[in-house]
Amino acid sequence: MQQVFAQSMAAALQGRYDYCAGCGHGITLRLVAEVIDELGLREQTIGVLGVGCYSTNPVTFRFDCQLALHGRAPAMATAVKRLLPDRLVFTMQGDGDLAAIGTAEILHAAMRGERFTTLLLNNANFGETGGHMAPTTLLGQRTPSTPKGRDAEQHGYPTRITEMLTLLDGVVYVARVALSKPSTIARAKAAIKKAFQVQLAGKGFSMVEILTACPSGWRLSPVEALKWIDEVQTKTYPLGELKAVGV
Amino acid sequence: MGRKLFINCNRAIVEAAILSHCRFFAGYPFTPATECLEQASHRFPEVGGVYIQAESEVSVINMLMGAAAVGVRCMTATSGAGFSLMQEAVSHMAGIAELPAVIVNVSRGGPGFGNLAPTQGDYFQATRGGGAGDYRCLVFGPATVQEAVDVTKLAFSLADTYRTPAIILSDQMLAETTEACDLGEPLEPAPPPKWWATTGCRGREPIYLGRPGKDYGPYAEYLSGNLTLNLLGLGHLGQDPDTFEAHMLRLAEKYRRIEAEEVRVETRDLDDAELVVVAFGTAARLILPAIAQVRAEGLRVGLIRPITLWPFPSQLIATVAPRVRAFLVVEMNMGQMVEDVRLAVAGQAPVHLFSTLGGVVPRPEAVAPALRQLAAQPYAPASRV
Repeated sequence: MQQVFAQSMAAALQGRYDYCAGCGHGITLRLVAEVIDELGLREQTIGVLGVGCYSTNPVTFRFDCQLALHGRAPAMATAVKRLLPDRLVFTMQGDGDLAAIGTAEILHAAMRGERFTTLLLNNANFGETGGHMAPTTLLGQRTPSTPKGRDAEQHGYPTRITEMLTLLDGVVYVARVALSKPSTIARAKAAIKKAFQVQLAGKGFSMVEILTACPSGWRLSPVEALKWIDEVQTKTYPLGELKAVGV
Repeated sequence: MGRKLFINCNRAIVEAAILSHCRFFAGYPFTPATECLEQASHRFPEVGGVYIQAESEVSVINMLMGAAAVGVRCMTATSGAGFSLMQEAVSHMAGIAELPAVIVNVSRGGPGFGNLAPTQGDYFQATRGGGAGDYRCLVFGPATVQEAVDVTKLAFSLADTYRTPAIILSDQMLAETTEACDLGEPLEPAPPPKWWATTGCRGREPIYLGRPGKDYGPYAEYLSGNLTLNLLGLGHLGQDPDTFEAHMLRLAEKYRRIEAEEVRVETRDLDDAELVVVAFGTAARLILPAIAQVRAEGLRVGLIRPITLWPFPSQLIATVAPRVRAFLVVEMNMGQMVEDVRLAVAGQAPVHLFSTLGGVVPRPEAVAPALRQLAAQPYAPASRV
């Protein structure tokens, strides 16, 4: 039989999977590892990971990682990148981590134009606590803390923090991608690579928001969850490059 | 002998930090600590260091965590409520990630927003820890600008040795004191290399802020590592439920060693002392004339001045307690260190408190009569329960 595909990621351990069935985080992890391998930067990479299901990533990544406190990864990464400007530094943060408790840190790191990359995993809920409402939870979306669905009057509106960041002068590259089907996954990988290249060129702050499925939190099957991203989530969170200055 | 300066305490601490090879300063303006930030803002870039003014103290301390995690000596300076905002990360740096950093807390009037006057109301916060869980930080309580310089260098050295944050507990009065000091020699030619620093894994296995379950040989003792993984059940790849206990036992052992080896204290006239004054920092400095005066009158008064507030000189106090008629603890708070003194004395002698509040400082003319009054009391050995 002819082999048409082989996994060869130096930047990630194989044979480990720490996530629920259908979770998008494993795909993210793989894309990040592939990009780092393609750039040949495994030994120069430092990952700064926030608090969420993805905090287990360091067990899988095969490069130096630091775990940040909830929401504070951008502050930590600021120091790391300023002190080691030739390293590839990225933060990985969930929507709760980044858009709720860590709003000040991401806003000011972006405002300062810190030269690291942030990967925002938007799964529209606090996955790790059991699917509770996050700033990114859609209107009408049911969670254990919005049992009747998110109501704008009571809970406010979904936060499009990525669009907010595009207003800041220090921000050079911002894109929103989705992990819903092979074509969008390919675009996600390209966006992550572009963001890393922006960082390596020293141009400014770069960020990729990644819509990632959370079947457990959403109480959907893995297949339904992928459909939900395309048919529901992207209506509030449209995909594409939101800002690309001189890139 | 090093460079001699006539300089205020906040600025002197920053100069001492630079001589200690500290190359990262993050801060947020907070009276009366702000001169540290001002000094660092131009001095750190001059010596090739990094200076950042952050958006909050929460961000500041997490920047320090990042700097420490890549092995760079780092510091910040804040006051009262700003220090409160840092506690989550201080707890994490001390008890989980085991990262060295030096934090200057220039106490102002508390509680809460307080005022700008000098107090020692942050003693509990510094020595007990305001963050969650079991942990300790090295705490220094300097009394003069020269001593602030000396303990700053010592703080960087010990923070590295024990991989733990060190706190310098200053106050508004000391901070605004300008006097001569000798900066002394640089701490050492260069800081020792930090094998655990996450600087990129060139030529070695990846480090995850120290991943548990790996054999780090001679460093295993300090490799308690990334306990978040343990909390997630992934310590030793999820196989060993005892990892967190083992980590905490190592931490407790480290604290026992610090208590045994790192106490710094100044004593005066303890040999014949019937009355012993215990005071630290500005309070201790201010009441020296009172002690000299009553000694000149023939009262046998001695002084114990803790320079490290944690580890506390409990052993010394316990040793002198049986031959002391009474202790007088002088503090610019409601009585915080007095609890440590009472624990050390353990009922062997009465322990009295002279307390000043709200920015009022202990004046020699008020402390001397208190000492005379204690000396005049009939000798009544404390009952041993």
